[in-house]
Amino acid sequence: MNASTGVLDVRDLRMRYGSVDVLRGVTFAARRGEVVVLLGPNGAGKTTTIEILEGFRVRSAGEVSVLGADPAQAGEAWRARLGVVLQSWRDHGKWRVRELLQHLGSYYAAYATPLVRRPWPVDDLVAAVGLTGQAQRRVAQLSGGQRRRLDVAIGIVGRPELLFLDEPTVGFDPAARREFHDLVHRLSDVDETTILLTTHDLDEAEKLADRILILAGGRIIADGSADQLSRRVAAESEIRWSRDGSRYVHAAADATTFVRELFEQHGAAITDLEVRRSSLEDTYMTLVRESEAGRASAAAAAFEGAL
Amino acid sequence: MTSLRTVGRAGFARGVIELRQSFTTAQDLWAYLFPAVAFVVTIFFMRDHELAGTGVSLGARTLPSVLGMGLAFAGVQTIAAQLAVEREDGTLLRAKATPDGMSGYLVGKIVLVGGMSLISILLQLVPSLFLVDGVRLDAVGWLTLIWLVPLGLAATLPLGAVVGSLVDNPRNVGFITLPLFGLVAISGIFYPITAIPGWLQAVAQGFPVYWLGLGMRSAFLPDSLTVVELGHSWRLGETAGVLGLWAVAGLALAPAVLRRMARRESGSAVARRRERALQRVT
Repeated sequence: MNASTGVLDVRDLRMRYGSVDVLRGVTFAARRGEVVVLLGPNGAGKTTTIEILEGFRVRSAGEVSVLGADPAQAGEAWRARLGVVLQSWRDHGKWRVRELLQHLGSYYAAYATPLVRRPWPVDDLVAAVGLTGQAQRRVAQLSGGQRRRLDVAIGIVGRPELLFLDEPTVGFDPAARREFHDLVHRLSDVDETTILLTTHDLDEAEKLADRILILAGGRIIADGSADQLSRRVAAESEIRWSRDGSRYVHAAADATTFVRELFEQHGAAITDLEVRRSSLEDTYMTLVRESEAGRASAAAAAFEGAL
Repeated sequence: MTSLRTVGRAGFARGVIELRQSFTTAQDLWAYLFPAVAFVVTIFFMRDHELAGTGVSLGARTLPSVLGMGLAFAGVQTIAAQLAVEREDGTLLRAKATPDGMSGYLVGKIVLVGGMSLISILLQLVPSLFLVDGVRLDAVGWLTLIWLVPLGLAATLPLGAVVGSLVDNPRNVGFITLPLFGLVAISGIFYPITAIPGWLQAVAQGFPVYWLGLGMRSAFLPDSLTVVELGHSWRLGETAGVLGLWAVAGLALAPAVLRRMARRESGSAVARRRERALQRVT
């Protein structure tokens, strides 16, 4: 694979179940070491997309290249370069944490290369996900958050070049969430692992993502960094200030001009000035609402056309 | 191929680990001990019934027959139940997400079921030997066991794998136990097959249970006991033939069925089953 090839390249991906279109032309790409977050409301097609890329589901149409291969046809050597963090339940409950990681890791040994030593040494891995104290514990006895950290460990035991995480932090307490975010940063910065994760937690998307893809109604409706997305939506900024002991709030499209005029008018009488640009959450809500409204109006147009 | 060796080793390790786990899990221990206890009690009550003019007790005849039955149950039911349960709880998906994981999983299951069968056989055999006379194992008997046990597992394991792949809900695995018990009733396990009508004999001879029982009897009992068998012979050639046919048919069918089942596994499929299972509980 040459360096110019992206790790992940998806073009016009479509998925149809019966007569329902779940994905209607999804296109995106990811570079090596990039953290891409797939964000979207429930039913937007996030899991379907990720399962197609993992090779667990066969697409209806479109071109997909994952680590240079088509997931629908790729073999075990390809799978060895991939990490999948599944939504767990109660599998391997009788196994002990260290024993399970050691066992699952052993499958990757045959796929080690001079550049990538596989698997991840089990004690280092256990420590990296913070389960050293539970290494000899049975999996069924772990708490929800510990179990989730084990899932992450299983996902990275083969030192993947590309890691898929489907809703990774469900059930994490704030401390575990912070540790998980540190781990993701470490994987992408130090090991140059490319990471695609799905979430509906905006805060998490903002913290982790180099790039956010917003998926709604089976399409990517926005693609960019958290900052770019906020700028893209020309939402109004909120300006708060105090004057003569009174508190004022005003919304303006062009906050800079408004504030300049405010000072020209009142000068030093203005105190406690605050300018808030619309948050990622506002942006996200606006985009999803627009997309849904767009679809509704498109449906209405089609309906009128039929009359 | 290095990866083939890795798979063999990883799969074997997996089977051994799961076998060890079966000794420390109450539910699995019960699965070992309950049949053994029930069996020893049965043999105990049968020990004084002499088998029509042979000088051998009914208990002595039943002992090897039940070992054969146990092998068929282990092969079909254990693997079917394991597949259905581990498909629901996500173990199989985990295997699918691991390179060569599915092959390793299957090797592991074969090691596990083979090991569990041997342990069950010993648990039933050893205490029973003290209760009944007439059961012995000579060199020829050992030789028979050496080909019969692996062939029996080869005839029944793929069948169990097919059933386990087709059943989507672990609760329904119980339904295959019923026809198995029906087969046991007509297969001459607890009483000589010569005592049942001819057409039922014909049905029984189409399935592995009868032949496994017969083969086990040939290994453990004196040849004089063939008087209560069909054709007054142990019919080892036919035993190998029928079991071999089941093994070939099963091995031809199972990979395709397993692949089809594995192809359909995905995170959302597991999530759907989880939803259903949670609804069952509440």
